[in-house]
Amino acid sequence: MKLENKVAMITGAARGIGKHIAMLFAGEGADLAICDVNEGTLDATKAEIESAGGRKVLTGKIDVTSTREVEDFVKKILDNFGSLDILVNNAGITRDNIVLRMSEQEWDAVLDVNLKGAFNCIKAVARPMMKSRSGRIVNMASIIGLMGNAGQANYSASKGGLIALTKSVAKELGSRNINVNAIAPGFIQTDMTDKLTDEAKQKLLGVIPLGRMGNTQDVAKLALFLASDDSAYITGQVVQVDGGMVM
Amino acid sequence: MSEVAEKVKSIVAEQLGVKMEEVKEDAKFIDDLGADSLDTVELVMALEEEFGAEIPDEDAEKLTTVGEAIKYVTEKAAKE
Repeated sequence: MKLENKVAMITGAARGIGKHIAMLFAGEGADLAICDVNEGTLDATKAEIESAGGRKVLTGKIDVTSTREVEDFVKKILDNFGSLDILVNNAGITRDNIVLRMSEQEWDAVLDVNLKGAFNCIKAVARPMMKSRSGRIVNMASIIGLMGNAGQANYSASKGGLIALTKSVAKELGSRNINVNAIAPGFIQTDMTDKLTDEAKQKLLGVIPLGRMGNTQDVAKLALFLASDDSAYITGQVVQVDGGMVM
Repeated sequence: MSEVAEKVKSIVAEQLGVKMEEVKEDAKFIDDLGADSLDTVELVMALEEEFGAEIPDEDAEKLTTVGEAIKYVTEKAAKE
């Protein structure tokens, strides 16, 4: 068990990559604090995790763009579990459009959730992690944050920003034994990528050397590595899980 | 010296790893006592814990010397 008795907070954990990270972490012995804006799906995820093994699961219907809601949730985690060892900033949304047609609302919504949301969570967990002189923060970036993508100016900017945030926070908190890394998934089979047209999917598959879409497990296993002691000497890095799509 | 002042000084000495005699009232945390910005955050966290009071960021940023911290904590205690 790689995360025995650790406490992990995972945002956007109701479905997709976040859900699979939660399930894998619970299987490795971690107690979980999972949050999402989608309360119904979150409760189903909680039930699924609890039926799979004996770990404790705390849920919160949290909008990560709200500093207050995030602070209150972290307080609740500390009250319930007594510590907080791991943060996975996974909550993310898309509002795709070309720049010429992108509304201010579409821009703000994506930057708020994907970037400000991560900042809010990092700020809220930094104090308890500093106090315990240990912590792991894993930020879910995207290959799009490295390569850019037509039609995703807001999303790419948010993920590029998240990568830069990862590096700055890694430098700020390194002296307190807090490791901060980012994962850059490529083309992963989730509800988010299901929205792509068949034509777009075919085009993407053509540039992936491994010739297939990734699955949520591929990403979750890396998150586990970055949250565990196996990666003790790794910080400020962006690790791609993309089948070789970008080299 | 008041009890509060004594307590603040011992917390400063412990948090910043300096000797009690170096913790003079006019000593600046960063320039004189070798603290970095994270140390000052941790110092405020320790003061909050000891005195059971919340110190908002905008107040914490103004506490740059031992004397200022003592004054702040003393006034805060008097208000409550």
